[in-house]
Amino acid sequence: MILVELRKLFRRPRTWAIVAVLNALPVLVAVLLVLTDLAPRPGEGPPFLSAVLRNGALYPLAALAIVLPLFLPIAVAVVAGDSVAGEAQAGTLRYLLARPAGRTRLLVAKLAAVLAFVLVTVVVVAAVGYLVGTTLFDAEPIAGTSVSGTSLTPQELGGRTVLAVGYVAVSMLGVAAFALFFSTLTDSPLGATMGALAVLVASSLLFTLDAASPIAPYLPTRYWLAFVDLFRDPILWRDLARGIALQGVYVGVLLAAAWANFTTKDIKS
Amino acid sequence: MSAVIATRGLVKQYGRLRAVDRIGLEVAEGDVYGFLGANGSGKTTTVRMLLGLVLATSGEIDLLGERMPRAGRRVLPRVGALIEGPAHYGHLSGRENLALLDASGRGGSWRTRSRRVAEALDQVGLGGVGRRPVKAYSLGMRQRLGLAGALLRRPELLVLDEPTNGLDPQGISEIRELLLELHRGGTTVFLSSHLLAEVEQLCTRVGVLDRGRLVLQEQLATLTAPTGATVVHTPAAHLVRATLDGRVLSVDGERVVVRGGDPAEVNALLVGAGVPVTGLALDRPTLEQVVLAATGASPDRVEAGG
Repeated sequence: MILVELRKLFRRPRTWAIVAVLNALPVLVAVLLVLTDLAPRPGEGPPFLSAVLRNGALYPLAALAIVLPLFLPIAVAVVAGDSVAGEAQAGTLRYLLARPAGRTRLLVAKLAAVLAFVLVTVVVVAAVGYLVGTTLFDAEPIAGTSVSGTSLTPQELGGRTVLAVGYVAVSMLGVAAFALFFSTLTDSPLGATMGALAVLVASSLLFTLDAASPIAPYLPTRYWLAFVDLFRDPILWRDLARGIALQGVYVGVLLAAAWANFTTKDIKS
Repeated sequence: MSAVIATRGLVKQYGRLRAVDRIGLEVAEGDVYGFLGANGSGKTTTVRMLLGLVLATSGEIDLLGERMPRAGRRVLPRVGALIEGPAHYGHLSGRENLALLDASGRGGSWRTRSRRVAEALDQVGLGGVGRRPVKAYSLGMRQRLGLAGALLRRPELLVLDEPTNGLDPQGISEIRELLLELHRGGTTVFLSSHLLAEVEQLCTRVGVLDRGRLVLQEQLATLTAPTGATVVHTPAAHLVRATLDGRVLSVDGERVVVRGGDPAEVNALLVGAGVPVTGLALDRPTLEQVVLAATGASPDRVEAGG
């Protein structure tokens, strides 16, 4: 069943169109940086961008930081929001369930496909970022630089980049869980996607509001940029651990709600 | 003969609206059951409850001898369904659509999958359709593909909702032949339709739904059994009345209904009296008359409140 869902997802031209669009922005930014040689000053703009002119090996991280606030969550929300509601809108959901693909099984398979999409997307963004970074910028094969100013060996840099890719993927799970939950509520994929995005916009907005500081630690977007902490020396694990735990709670609660709703729902589409 | 579909006191309540009201369906093995009802009478809701898509408010459903929706995992692989029109992934070919559908549930081994898909496509007349994506199919082709999906696992029971929707007359007769052939092979067919002619040609047993209630459930042969009268067509209706005094039940232009279940006897009397007879038949109610008598106004009608 999971294989079936993966086949459906990755044989769909739209999936790859989303991945392509997602990669277009970091590539464009890289090209502009090379042409103008105007890097943002350290501490401004997306993380790592100020450093890539000196070391292109950091560009995967800059690329992730560029797509993380908006593009990546939109992509994840589109795919996850479409997962159940898209089948309902196309009418294929009733045939799947009458086949029968058990409701719980279908939901698990949809979740697995969304997870695969998140992982593939993040890895592709990082890989394209690496290619772009090493071809357009000077890569320093000997060492990288941590945010704290100390030097990192290429092995350390590589390992931490892999961890960062993993952390960004985990950060997206909350979005995916919101969109999947909304997707079981409605027969409109657009509605589910917009619902998930509304949550994210609200979360980002509340995060900037001082009055909302009591709930700030529980906002789904709160620890998204904590992957930067992986490049401090030593690594600051506190926010990373909290980010993973927070996403875990969101995913657990929302999936339970999605399951409870989907398994007792009348399929009228 | 065991019951293939049996429901007892089946109810579906949507808020204040009772879409399905205490329905007791009985479909026996080997039936071609015509489930009739106007649009909005609760047919589709009932079909969806049978297949476990809509959960009943109360009542029981037995499908192939097992309780639904609990036993859905075991029962549904033995049921083929076409529910309210076909639905497919438009960017994939018909073959791939069927393979994906087959792979997404139990009861269809992947070893035999491509062979079964090819057979189902042949059965519905789509054997040569090739790799064209479904979005390029005509409405009739999609309907055929939907039917192929229902036939994939050689089901014991076919539940079909409006299976000839969107088909041209040749297509309709082809599908009818296919269903009759499957029926001869032992498949029980549950056909939901609002097309009386289709049901009359195909079914052995009918159930009629009116505003959520099952108002009629009977063998078709019983419903359309001769009434014991004979229909005479003649250009001289007044002569019939004169000859068969007291036996004439009704006169409608050239059509006279006469009491007496033996057309030969009626004919002999009329011809003996010199009445020209152009047509003679046993009087049988049509399914349409039966259904109209059993049901009220169309539920599509929304009268102004009094």
